[in-house]
Amino acid sequence: MNSLPPGLQACLLLSALLFAIGLAGALTRRNAILVLIGIELMLNAANINFIAFWHYGPAPSQITGIMFAIFSISVAAAEAAVGLAIILPAYRHSRTTDLDKMNSLKG
Amino acid sequence: MTISFLIIAILIVAGTAAAMGFRNPIHCVLALTVSFGGIAGLYLYLGAQFVGFTQIMVYVGAVAILAVFAIMMTHRPGALEPTIFSRHAALGILTAFAVFGVIGWAVLSQPASSAPTNARPTGASVQQIGNSLMHEYVLPLEIIGLLLTAALIGAVVIAMDRKEDEAS
Repeated sequence: MNSLPPGLQACLLLSALLFAIGLAGALTRRNAILVLIGIELMLNAANINFIAFWHYGPAPSQITGIMFAIFSISVAAAEAAVGLAIILPAYRHSRTTDLDKMNSLKG
Repeated sequence: MTISFLIIAILIVAGTAAAMGFRNPIHCVLALTVSFGGIAGLYLYLGAQFVGFTQIMVYVGAVAILAVFAIMMTHRPGALEPTIFSRHAALGILTAFAVFGVIGWAVLSQPASSAPTNARPTGASVQQIGNSLMHEYVLPLEIIGLLLTAALIGAVVIAMDRKEDEAS
């Protein structure tokens, strides 16, 4: 069985905690923008894992992990922009960002 | 585990918990920048300087500002909701605990190696990253460029106010 370096274990636990807090926020907050922020936090947790596995992995001279993290950050930025842009017309239409009150897709 | 890692971890967890727990959305975003800064610090701690500064520029510089603008454009003055959590909040928190439990169990069930890892990366230089971006990863780079352009145009089109179009 493979064994983990203690530093990697600490990083994985930290990112699992970050993911869980982001998930809790995304599932429980009523404000749509804060739900998106929770999703961003979960993506950040995944990025931390990429970098941690790169740092403690067998071949840190290759920069594959860094590349993966950079592309992941770019996709997350695009996702944030589109997500926040979707919230604006939804607010204009229903005059609220409360997800418990936004329960209709019909215009 | 060193003192610097502990400080960074406390910064990240406290910032994230505050971002998900504060009542005022603006305060949430301010706490979020603390958390993003802590994550950038973690990247620097792990030897990924370029990713750390990318994190600061993209998340602290762009995403947090975007979120502040979105909150200010959708904010009703003087109307803070009586409750910030949804009706089924207990279910969501239970799910999050379950997910953390499963991941934590999976991590901790692996035996920790006592031997120190010998090969520590000194960190990839920006030149190295640029070279691979222009050679091995040039196709993903182009695709990301296309994706960002499409997302930018799409965001503008979605967020545009179409009332004038409908009137004419």
